[in-house]
Amino acid sequence: MGRYVLRRLLQLIPVFIGSTFLIYALVWALPGDPFSGKCGQRACPQAYVDMMTAKYNLDDSLPVQYFKYLGKLFSGDFGETFSGNSIGEMMANAAPITIRLAVIAVVIEAIIGIGAGILTGLRGKGFLDNLVLLSTLFLISLPVFVTGIVLQLLLAGEWGIINPSVSSEATVGELIVPGFVLGSLSMAYIARLTRASISENRRADFVRTAIAKGQPNRRVVGVHLLRASVIPVITFLGTDLGALMGGAIVTEGVFNINGLGGLVFRGIQEKDGATVTGIVVLLVIVYLLMSLVVDLLYAVLDPRIRYD
Amino acid sequence: MTDPNIAADLSHVGEVAPVTDPANGPHKPRSLWGDAWRQLRRKPLFLLSVFIILVVVVIAIAPGLFSSRAADFSDLNHANESPSADAWFGYDNQGYDVYARTIYGARASLLVGIFATLLTVLIGSIVGIIAGYYGRWIDSVLSRFGDIFAGLPFVLGAIVILTTFNPPDSHPGEVRIIAQVVGSISVLTWPVAMRIMRSATLVAKQLDYVKAARGLGASTSRIIFRHLLPNTIAPVLVYATIALGAAIGAEATLAYLGIGIRSPVVSWGVEISDARDYFQNVPHMLLFPAGFVTITVLAFVMLGDAVRQALDPKAR
Amino acid sequence: MQEMLNTEQETLLEIEDLHVEFRTSDGVANVLNGVGYNVRSGETLAILGESGSGKSVTAQTIMGILDMPPAVVTAGSIRFHGEELLTASANRRTEIRGDGIAMIFQDALSALNPVFTVGFQIEEQLRVRRGMTRREARQRAIELLDLVRIPAAKTRVKDYPHQFSGGMRQRAMIAMSLALDPELLIADEPTTALDVTVQVQIMELLAEIQAERHMGLILITHDLAVVAEVADRIAVMYAGRIVEQAEVAELFRAPGHPYTEALMNSIPRLDLKGQTLKTITGLPPSLLNIPPGCPFHPRCERAVDRCETERPEQHNIGFGRVSACHFAEEVVARA
Repeated sequence: MGRYVLRRLLQLIPVFIGSTFLIYALVWALPGDPFSGKCGQRACPQAYVDMMTAKYNLDDSLPVQYFKYLGKLFSGDFGETFSGNSIGEMMANAAPITIRLAVIAVVIEAIIGIGAGILTGLRGKGFLDNLVLLSTLFLISLPVFVTGIVLQLLLAGEWGIINPSVSSEATVGELIVPGFVLGSLSMAYIARLTRASISENRRADFVRTAIAKGQPNRRVVGVHLLRASVIPVITFLGTDLGALMGGAIVTEGVFNINGLGGLVFRGIQEKDGATVTGIVVLLVIVYLLMSLVVDLLYAVLDPRIRYD
Repeated sequence: MTDPNIAADLSHVGEVAPVTDPANGPHKPRSLWGDAWRQLRRKPLFLLSVFIILVVVVIAIAPGLFSSRAADFSDLNHANESPSADAWFGYDNQGYDVYARTIYGARASLLVGIFATLLTVLIGSIVGIIAGYYGRWIDSVLSRFGDIFAGLPFVLGAIVILTTFNPPDSHPGEVRIIAQVVGSISVLTWPVAMRIMRSATLVAKQLDYVKAARGLGASTSRIIFRHLLPNTIAPVLVYATIALGAAIGAEATLAYLGIGIRSPVVSWGVEISDARDYFQNVPHMLLFPAGFVTITVLAFVMLGDAVRQALDPKAR
Repeated sequence: MQEMLNTEQETLLEIEDLHVEFRTSDGVANVLNGVGYNVRSGETLAILGESGSGKSVTAQTIMGILDMPPAVVTAGSIRFHGEELLTASANRRTEIRGDGIAMIFQDALSALNPVFTVGFQIEEQLRVRRGMTRREARQRAIELLDLVRIPAAKTRVKDYPHQFSGGMRQRAMIAMSLALDPELLIADEPTTALDVTVQVQIMELLAEIQAERHMGLILITHDLAVVAEVADRIAVMYAGRIVEQAEVAELFRAPGHPYTEALMNSIPRLDLKGQTLKTITGLPPSLLNIPPGCPFHPRCERAVDRCETERPEQHNIGFGRVSACHFAEEVVARA
């Protein structure tokens, strides 16, 4: 098991370096003036240019620049916006909100998705099954922003149940509808995945054995069938948590949430390259870490993997 | 669909091997494709999705057939009017006829979808087959390389790429921006196609007749084209269909964010982007193009799903 | 718990005229067409037949684990200690499983749940159905693994199925089936997936356990060699019917049905080296379309017109034997 973990960690490192280097290069190292467009409409003030050049070692070669940047990152220094705000601080304020949103989305999609999947997986063909299949197809096809906008129009505009924008505290209650929107696509996918997994395992030999042993039905389904069927679903949920944090930008835009997505949005509008880079790098790290955790989780859930 | 990477998850096909049916006595041997076609012909979802796609394609090829007004027709006197007999989808805030714009916008959206998917599948397949066929360190290197791109969340990656090449407020030319959007989508999703092709190749490599061909000394290209490719096409085909839908959705999303296709090009995404600040008061400006996007994506996803089910020998 | 000294043979299971159909999109398959046999305590009944003969389906019907639909029991009776199972409540049937009648399967790797330890799968029987505590159950599980001669039972009890070798896994499955001390054990091709040397060990183990506990054992197999070693009586199945039943020695001495005869003749024999291998020509009938008359007649050397139209019923041919052939007595006499 330890070897498995080590191997995965080692595989992660080049990928991390590759992804973050790519981002870094795109933002800072294209031919031409790296500061063009980074300071709003005007040209950057010379003081800023000098400070940033020194800080980001822009006079050095690209690889050196990059490694110095990485070095700064690991000591927690994400740099500053052109107006002098600490990017690290802004991120620290925004991150909890995005994390909250992503977690709520995952919880909602897990409950509804797995629930629908189990029901239809056990029951087989019928009205409920067709309903779930069609509605999941539909949810999968809806771009997230359309879902968000429609729900916003309906729930906030027409029926007035919620506020169209989320306040700056972004409480859990306020984040439920945005969480639902964010997780809508994954929820549909999870329902299908659970359904397929359960319906396939339902006829498995080991389920037949559990019945032949005389185990009560609730245990056959609740313990034997479920435990063996949830593995792909749980691993998906894990990677989704990482992916959602990166994908929340659209949802945060629709509902005006002051999370990392909102920061990136503003970073684009205000042409603040340092902010954008910082956040993207952070999210890449999160995503890679989550996929590592998921791989470990997979080994925990499926004993056959452990002794590879 | 905002993220084309989910297209891969949806396209899992069971082990794909040509199936013949000897034990049923006097039936003709049935191939996987013949079987699939027979099954598909009867499914209402398949027929419906094909119909929708055909309609959209025709709209894209010959928009003039569907709309008497050009996309740039504008009458400010009617700005923000709701749908009426005169303008089926109403007018937007600049007096454009929303229906006309939606009809003419189909072409750009569809083209982005088609080209992005073609490019993704092409790059992904080539890399995937090489990785799967040669295995060992080539596979390791190529897979890690793919992981680098896969690690970037789609929307964020697209934001970085597109804003780098087009600082906001710049006005890139029509061809340039379409090419960039197509390129961004492909660059960020090719690893997914690669993985599908790679795992299908790994499975196909183990087939007995492929091993036999190698043992007989068949050349690499012969093995790849004659033996591996036919077996790996099915999952990739299913993926490509769904990915096409996803790409159209992605185009709309990027445009909504303000970094995708923009005026003077008309696409569904552009319409949605233009509507972003006004839709609360002028909902029809956004809902109609959004509806078209959704239905088109739905058609492709349904089609891909139906084809996947038909090709899956396990689902008999 | 069985009393060790009870050697009286009571009838445990009676199956009578069982008919089962599978309703498929291609038509209705008549999988069982009037199957009947009895099993007594302490007795080993071997059910011999090729794939598709209905031997496993009968066992699954006894246990009540057939997929219904598409399977439908259309007629017949299955009685355990005189109690009719087919009309019993679902709860009652669940009760009987594992406790009255237990079953082991051919492929232990797929039959055991891959995500739970072997110990867990044995212990859950004891905890859920006997109310034992975790510790008691763990103790008993280790004893059972010892009983089936798995070395280092104390540590192995925490292992997962895929960590065992094929033979050990099968032993573990046997241990699991014995947890509730069943009176009747159904073994569905328990050794087919194993190496020949391991086969022998498993069969010996089963025989030992059966003798100790005075259990009834239904052994389903297609392997004549296994049968000869272990069984007391044999029932031969073909196309969903029992075509012959006899005590082992009698059967081997003088088969009473052309199918049994042909099976015996097809066994390769070293002393007949150099001669052509005898096979049974043709294929078993498609269960979707069973010809009238005797199901074996298309492949039978003795077939006459009567065999095509008149279905032979099981009838006594002496010495407690039954056979379903119009010419049973001649077949016996030929031996």
